[in-house]
Amino acid sequence: MGLTTQEMITALSPHICVQDLNVFYGDTQVLRNVNLLIPRRQITAIIGPSGCGKSTLLRSLNRLLELTAGVKLSCKILVDEIDIMDPSVDVTAIRKKLSLIAQSPNPLPMSIRDNVAYGPRINGMQILREPNGVDGVVERCLRSTGLWDEVRDRLNGPASRLSIGQQQRLCLARALAVDPEGLLCDEPTSALDPISADRVEKLLKSLSTDYTIVWVTHTLRQARRIADNVVFLFMGHVVEQGPAESFFNSPKEATTKAYLEGAFS
Amino acid sequence: MRISRTAKDLLARRLLRPLAILVSIGVFAIGFVLLAKSAPLLVSNSLQGLLFSQLWHPSRGEFGFYAFIVGTVEVTLLSMTFAGPICILTSVYVSEYAAKRIRDAVISMIDLLAGIPSVVIGLWGVLVVVPAVRYVASFAGYSTTGYSVLAGGVVLAIMVFPSVISVTQEVLRNVPFSMREASAGLGATKWQTVKYVVVRKSAGGILAAIILGFSRAFGETMAVLMVVGNVAKVPSSLFDPAYPLPALIANDYGEIMSIPLYDSALLFAALLLLLVVAAFTLMGRLVLIRVQRRSA
Amino acid sequence: MNGRILEEQLFNALMLSATFVVVGSLLVVVGVIIIKGAPALSLTMITETSSGGYLLGGAGGILNAIIGSLYLIAGSIGIASLIGLPVAIYLNEYAGTKLTHFARLSLDVLYGIPSIVYGAFAFTLMIVLGARESLLWGIITVAMLVLPIVIRGIDEVIQTVPSKLRDASFSLGATQLETGFKVVTRQVIPGIVTTVLLALGRGIGDAASVLLTVGYSDIIPTSLNNPVATLPLAIFFQLGSPYPHAQQRAYASAIILLGLVVMFSVAARFSTARFSKFVIR
Repeated sequence: MGLTTQEMITALSPHICVQDLNVFYGDTQVLRNVNLLIPRRQITAIIGPSGCGKSTLLRSLNRLLELTAGVKLSCKILVDEIDIMDPSVDVTAIRKKLSLIAQSPNPLPMSIRDNVAYGPRINGMQILREPNGVDGVVERCLRSTGLWDEVRDRLNGPASRLSIGQQQRLCLARALAVDPEGLLCDEPTSALDPISADRVEKLLKSLSTDYTIVWVTHTLRQARRIADNVVFLFMGHVVEQGPAESFFNSPKEATTKAYLEGAFS
Repeated sequence: MRISRTAKDLLARRLLRPLAILVSIGVFAIGFVLLAKSAPLLVSNSLQGLLFSQLWHPSRGEFGFYAFIVGTVEVTLLSMTFAGPICILTSVYVSEYAAKRIRDAVISMIDLLAGIPSVVIGLWGVLVVVPAVRYVASFAGYSTTGYSVLAGGVVLAIMVFPSVISVTQEVLRNVPFSMREASAGLGATKWQTVKYVVVRKSAGGILAAIILGFSRAFGETMAVLMVVGNVAKVPSSLFDPAYPLPALIANDYGEIMSIPLYDSALLFAALLLLLVVAAFTLMGRLVLIRVQRRSA
Repeated sequence: MNGRILEEQLFNALMLSATFVVVGSLLVVVGVIIIKGAPALSLTMITETSSGGYLLGGAGGILNAIIGSLYLIAGSIGIASLIGLPVAIYLNEYAGTKLTHFARLSLDVLYGIPSIVYGAFAFTLMIVLGARESLLWGIITVAMLVLPIVIRGIDEVIQTVPSKLRDASFSLGATQLETGFKVVTRQVIPGIVTTVLLALGRGIGDAASVLLTVGYSDIIPTSLNNPVATLPLAIFFQLGSPYPHAQQRAYASAIILLGLVVMFSVAARFSTARFSKFVIR
């Protein structure tokens, strides 16, 4: 294969490294001393009972959390060895690198084509300047999420008219259009019907060869199906994290064992 | 005699229903009365003549409302030209950018502005705006008393600020957070999110706010009356005086008794006002309802 | 990339300027009125009624206008609330959706009707009935003007009442009448008070509606059939006087009117706290 030493080091080093993350909503502390390593191009599932801060954790990875009023956080988050929490860093570039897929599909108030093209347009991406740049990007991304054949005749129609499963795939296509390195997925299938959920799940699995995926899920069964690595978050603490196999088969912590056995959910 | 509770309930229902209906048809009652009283005028003059003739000589029986209609429209349009962009920009700033303390302070001040009575703003207009217009006109080479369309437009814009801002603000706030998050999540700056997502989603509501502002401005009487000059001629420039319909009614109602058909004429003016304002209010409200329904 | 930063900065500047214009207009209006009016403001103005030649610069004050306006607005708000509260409750508790929608739309139109039209309408009725300008007709006119404001304000607050509150009342065997007037009303008392106070502010300052219906007078009215002086008209007529001394007093009268309006506004804000004792959050 012939990777240079540098490339090998990059490939083996964690993509995202979270150090001592503490998050407060006003006076309530939601995340305590979270330390995480997220490997490159694998699916890292964040599991745990609802209300434990999983979504908060996800949104701090690309600094989307700052949009919410009253949030205070302190930490270092290294993406490719660069601390993204540093004030001199361009926040919009980080969000391009790690793109968020929300739990409820949130299409923008525009046509399907404009939804996908939105990311590249606002970031002034090079690709748009090529002839057929926009259409090329739109087609490529819609194909990767399996939407192309379903919507090719109504690209100028409003995105809001799609079914909810299609909308979520659109949001995925939209995220891919900005050429991210990673996808942060907040329970991406929980709002969908079983058939669409299955489709999206398989889609994300196939994308994990090219993108780092951080996947928040509250169903253990899904986690078992998809995860390469697992992070167990409970009451704002990281209780345990590690490769999926050892996590599910031989958990170290008592709380983990209890959760896996369904003692609470 | 003790009335049972269910009987009281029934009685209330029986009494309140006609009351509610009565209030609801109030608009039509007013319209009907005004129409009935305008009838003598409408019988002896063609509608076209009334609306498009510039000849206004009541003592000779000539009632051409054209100058008044044009005057009203000009002042209203001018005020909305000022108010539109200013209100949208202010609303976006207040709802999207301002820190909470600043937002609360600005909103309180806008509420206060809303409460200032028309006469007081008119008084201020006479003190400040009219001389200012005179001053500005002298630079442009016009000589004017300052009582002009421009003065009316400025004063009217100030009166309209609070209502347009409050409707626009509400519409902007209704854009769901998930949409803003989606935009930011793709790497948009705050301004890009505001420009391409928030304002776009609110466009219908903003239009409704402007329509409602227009209707408010159209009927505003005292402040405009005090600064606009009240000369019954079609204004040929912004520095010329105008005579809007509300001012006509307010100024001349005293003459009603002495000149025949004058009462019909003034009530016809009132009817015109009613129809235009009602039409715009309805339009604005219906647009708002449609916008709300679409986002539900 | 520079393009988008430049654009953002440009619009930031525009937005701030626009906000300054709006806030500035408030400050300039109030500021100029106070500066111009303060010299002429005196205790006499608020404690004495006008003498015969007041508008020509004669002695006296505008107590007649102050009391006149207060009488007028008290009467109007009284009528408007008496009609408005039950109608608002009816629309929310009893009426079917069709009537409610029609009523709300209709009230929106009424809300937007300029006060001069109300004045012209009332004036027409006065002519038909052979009535003369009086306090009574002023009360009727302003009541019409203010009724949509009251109904809409109360309607909006009632709509925020959670249905479980009503359910609780019904499940204890209450009738709709009792639920509406005893439970819902208690819950929205702060909202009602705020609405009424805001309507007070709106009604007391309106000139166009009283111009045609109420006349003017130098004395405080003793009966509903007397013409009465009102603050907005006092300002208007004093401004129109050829004597500078009278004009000065117009500005002072404006301060007094502003003062009353601000008082109502501030009272509206504080009433929420005072009346919220039993309100469920």
